[in-house]
Amino acid sequence: MMAHMVHAIQCIGCPIGCGGEVTVKDGVVAEMTGFTCNKGLAYAAEEVVAPKRMVTTTVRVSGGGLPLLPVVSVTPVPKERIFDCLRLLRSVSVAAPVTEGTIIVSDALGLGVDFRAARDIA
Amino acid sequence: MREFSYDVVTIGGGPAGMAAALAAREAGAKRVLILERDRELGGILQQCIHNGFGLRRFEEELTGPGYAHRYIDMVKATDIDVWLDTTVLAAEPGGVITSVSPQAGLTVVRAKSVVYAMGCRERTRGAIRTPGSRPAGVFTAGAAQRMVNMEGYLPGKEVVIVGSGDIGLIMARRMTFEGAKVKAVFEIMPYSNGLTRNIVQCLEDFGIPLYLGHSVTAIHGKDRVTGITVSEVNDKLEVIEGTAFDVACDCVLLSVGLIPENELGRAAGIAVDPITSGARVDQFRETSIPGFFAAGNVLHVHDLVDWVSEEAAIAGRSAARHARGELAPSGRERSVMAGEGLRTVVPQRLTDFEPGKMSVRFYFRAAKPMGASLLQFWADDALAFERKLRVVKPSEMIVADIPVRKIGDAATLEFRVVPAPEKVAAEDEIEEEA
Repeated sequence: MMAHMVHAIQCIGCPIGCGGEVTVKDGVVAEMTGFTCNKGLAYAAEEVVAPKRMVTTTVRVSGGGLPLLPVVSVTPVPKERIFDCLRLLRSVSVAAPVTEGTIIVSDALGLGVDFRAARDIA
Repeated sequence: MREFSYDVVTIGGGPAGMAAALAAREAGAKRVLILERDRELGGILQQCIHNGFGLRRFEEELTGPGYAHRYIDMVKATDIDVWLDTTVLAAEPGGVITSVSPQAGLTVVRAKSVVYAMGCRERTRGAIRTPGSRPAGVFTAGAAQRMVNMEGYLPGKEVVIVGSGDIGLIMARRMTFEGAKVKAVFEIMPYSNGLTRNIVQCLEDFGIPLYLGHSVTAIHGKDRVTGITVSEVNDKLEVIEGTAFDVACDCVLLSVGLIPENELGRAAGIAVDPITSGARVDQFRETSIPGFFAAGNVLHVHDLVDWVSEEAAIAGRSAARHARGELAPSGRERSVMAGEGLRTVVPQRLTDFEPGKMSVRFYFRAAKPMGASLLQFWADDALAFERKLRVVKPSEMIVADIPVRKIGDAATLEFRVVPAPEKVAAEDEIEEEA
């Protein structure tokens, strides 16, 4: 007997917010119901197999007009590694001035994801 | 007291003020000034460090500071003047603006055109009349956002969020990221006021429960908040006896709506729309006082900054035309009504169209959530335009372009949202099941 799982997924692609189900057999998407566009199908398929999220947080900055620098992941982070990335970023401190776009952490935790500064700090 | 004169002055240097100033300059206004009370341009975007901004305007997903930065760079590339740390005390008809700042003291600016771009403010505990004591630890979600994202303080460790507006949802995730335990979100309405995307990515991702149809009936604590009492409400929003339960917490965040920060407009005597709490404007975003325009959240609360930029550009271009004496007062003025199914419409009135104008863009808020619907435009009680909407949510602004030829010379103009006829609705269901 094959491993068979049905996941309920709420699409976030647009305001319609379709709710659908994705059936996974042996780690592969076997069937999808309830989604009404290709964007929704692609989102739902990724969401059950390898969900990812963009991560935004702050790191400490010294010598600037503000104590914190907002940072954003350049590409999405695997959902189950978000808190590991946050722990790493909590230990990071940079010195002003910082310009928007500067890579603050590259290849975080070997995930291949960079974090960059989201603003200038003078 | 020093005096200055400008063609166009925007009050506020957030997304609306910057877009209006840029559009005014591009439209030929020679001397343009942005007055900003904060230490930097960007407004509320600077504390909205999450991403999702700019998909429409820049066709990429930016953080709030990233979106602000695009506009700050554009402003810096022009000769637009920017006065920071400057609070406007009054803007009187005729264009006399009195402001104060630590550097310049009291200053008077004479402006040919003024654009109100002051943004909005959060509703507070007083606005929702929550009973109970007055302990520390109760904040609006936006105030907490500034503390966490810009100032480096965590306002609490065991958090409940009251109201399911987007800022509250975003802060549920943000506080979780910073190590706080967010216990629940309570929403009095039977539906959430936040975007679906935020419910999924800010609550469901972290197992934070959302209680719909629940109202806070008490806030406990003497010096510091220690907990709240919550009860279920019925469809009239009345508390249902016997459903009360307590939740312990050391922090309560309120996300219960936004209101335009329109004191300067009210003080100047502009006509105000009682539902939006912003100015009643025409399609040029001109208020009832000639030469005074409004755009962004001070006009009506938006859900996307992209629409703010677009609306502010209209106001800025119009302000430049008025400064040159090209936006003549129109002899004729028609009211636009938000009818069945709608709460608000902007612009609320139409004056004479510019020559060659093909369509007018209207922005609406729905009165309640609905499924497949029709947005209807009625001119002199005849149906003149109709568009299908697959879904209607009060949290998501409806935007529609109405051709000028459909508006014609009608004296009464009304928009409605009505349920789609069954045939249309049935087609939709088939589509969704496919």
